[in-house]
Amino acid sequence: MKLSHALIERNSLLLLVLILITVSIGGIVEIVPLFTIETTIERVEGVRPYSPLELAGRDIYIREGCYVCHSQQVRPLKDEAERYGHYSLAAESMYDHPFQWGSKRTGPDLARVGGKYSNEWHVAHLIDPRDVVPESIMPPYAFLAERTLKAKDIALHLEANRRVGVPYTDEMIKAAKEDLQAQADPNADTSALLARYPGATIVTPTRGPGTITEMDALVAYLQVLGTQVKFRDLPAAALKQ
Amino acid sequence: MNAAVLTAPTRREPYNEEIVRAFMIATMFWGVAAFAAGVYIALQLAFPQLNLGLEWTTFGRLRPLHTSAAIFAFGGNALLGTSFHVVQRTCRARLFGGDAAAWFVFWGYNFFIVMAALGYLLGITQSREYAEPEWYLDLWLTLVWVVYLVIFGGTLIKREEPHIYVANWFYLAFIVTIAMLHIVNNLAVPISPFSARSYSLFAGVQDALTQWWYGHNAVGFFLTAGFLGMMYYFVPKQADRPVYSYRLSIIHFWALIFLYIWAGPHHLHYTALPDWAQTLGMVFSVMLWMPSWGGMINGLMTLSGAWDKLRTDPALRFSITAVGFYGMSTFEGPLMSIKAVNGLSHYTDWTIGHVHSGALGWVAFVTFGAVYYLFPVLWKRERLYSVRLVGVHFWTATIGIVLYITSMWVAGIMQGLMWRAYDQLGFLQYSFVETVAAMYPFYLVRALGGLCFLAGALVMVWNLWKTARGELRDEPAIVPRVARLAAAVPQAAR
Repeated sequence: MKLSHALIERNSLLLLVLILITVSIGGIVEIVPLFTIETTIERVEGVRPYSPLELAGRDIYIREGCYVCHSQQVRPLKDEAERYGHYSLAAESMYDHPFQWGSKRTGPDLARVGGKYSNEWHVAHLIDPRDVVPESIMPPYAFLAERTLKAKDIALHLEANRRVGVPYTDEMIKAAKEDLQAQADPNADTSALLARYPGATIVTPTRGPGTITEMDALVAYLQVLGTQVKFRDLPAAALKQ
Repeated sequence: MNAAVLTAPTRREPYNEEIVRAFMIATMFWGVAAFAAGVYIALQLAFPQLNLGLEWTTFGRLRPLHTSAAIFAFGGNALLGTSFHVVQRTCRARLFGGDAAAWFVFWGYNFFIVMAALGYLLGITQSREYAEPEWYLDLWLTLVWVVYLVIFGGTLIKREEPHIYVANWFYLAFIVTIAMLHIVNNLAVPISPFSARSYSLFAGVQDALTQWWYGHNAVGFFLTAGFLGMMYYFVPKQADRPVYSYRLSIIHFWALIFLYIWAGPHHLHYTALPDWAQTLGMVFSVMLWMPSWGGMINGLMTLSGAWDKLRTDPALRFSITAVGFYGMSTFEGPLMSIKAVNGLSHYTDWTIGHVHSGALGWVAFVTFGAVYYLFPVLWKRERLYSVRLVGVHFWTATIGIVLYITSMWVAGIMQGLMWRAYDQLGFLQYSFVETVAAMYPFYLVRALGGLCFLAGALVMVWNLWKTARGELRDEPAIVPRVARLAAAVPQAAR
């Protein structure tokens, strides 16, 4: 029997099946090994799930489409190491559902923005970027400081994250509300919070004690970015992918 | 014989063209909306005051609105509408599933678009580029898409023609692959059945590659394969010539759909994605150049023996220029996927320029060519209201694209070079915000380009509106210069 393309183009189901096979191969070969090759995510210490306030802040980061103009991925290039810091590891976004690597730098990369500026700077900058950086073209986000953070369902957010693989413990989920409050209260006892989420930044509520705003959550998130892995004490072998 | 028997078949159109007309009107509407949104956010980058200090009008929320309006609303309605037209004509069969199913796809799809757009303005997003709608809309779209596949596939099965025409291979690959990509990339767990918010199933590096496997193939199958289907039907129709090469069509089709799927990792060069995946993505992206140009040659050479039609038919000029832009962007793409080039171009506005040479030059132009052909056919008119206005649209839009892509090339390469520039003491020469300030003139030129493109589209809408109403503009026909000169020579001198 002579093989001919006519066979395919006269049989719509055969055409459909062959298309499906043809377009499946590339994705299977490229994506599946990322789940099976153990070194895809470097074995480094320090990467922890987001604290409840950071997670709420991250939701606001996503809601406002910050990723549209800011990447969170420092490339292993000399100028980027000097401008932003150590190149990003896969491990650093292993709890990011979804990832926030971005694709465009209309503004600077934010992968290591945590700890670079004070909380007060972030608040002033978000209220009106041109107050602190005159040439900036970023939109003003003053409304974040006006709005009370809606976080009644924060435990549900932690649970959903656990369902997709983030290692939140029962204790973390149970204490979600208290942890969220404590991180936005400079007078609170934060030892339990910091034991669960080492290195979390305590923010001062912009609208005074007792009211947590969306601004406070966003600042808490920005301040944790890129700070979890301590590169100074890291042996080079740990970075092997 | 009963009179009713004689009249019934003629009163009912042999094909369901009402649905195609509806899709064409939606295409026009969303096209103008997408272009206008684009101009507005382009101006926001030059004049940040235009963010208006309101949460609903920031660049971060409007940008997904613009991209979704351009890709899914404008492009999507064009693809669905033309696929319904092409599959009926080339199969000599009315749409499978009856008119109700087709109308469900029309209203269901456009409902998805409106809901997604409202969501963006309110801040409901998954933050996955070109897949921003949340889980409940993803489920809805899946339902609509399955009905679409059933209608299209069912029509293929009940066809009267022995062979499935090449345009339909591309449309079918587009429908099937988009379904696969959509489902896998949108796997997510909602925080509760009553909340809009969900968290994606994958995280970090795996999530990144899944997203760009989707993202690049939204380009490959939505914006390329689907529109190639359009090219394979409308260019031969407009030129009144058969497709240049049947064999090339076969090679073009299978090579394109096989290779495209691999190209996603080139969006993740120098990131935490393992090197082997980056290299695979790069190699396949470079290989993709070949089938892309095979398709371009097949489209362009279809005009052999009919090149003179470009002089007199500005609608054909749209289609052919589109194929030219397709060739240009599918050369630029592989170039930018080479790691050394990508190190400079990535994260800059060069990428934005590249995307728009494809989106405006290829996707929009091939659509314009198709709708200019379709309106007189669908509304049963002798010709367009004005052929000369098509020429006006063509040049306004072309100048707009040239301004857009050249300004973004220059701006993008400048940005990339400024980021990596060192002064003589070995320090980084520019702070980040200096590179932002340097973009200002280019952002202005880009907005001007977008404005030209929008103006051209408004001329088109006016022209097509008049065409649908059955009006004919009193204008001299376009006569090629050679014919004019020949006519000017006195009879005696011939």
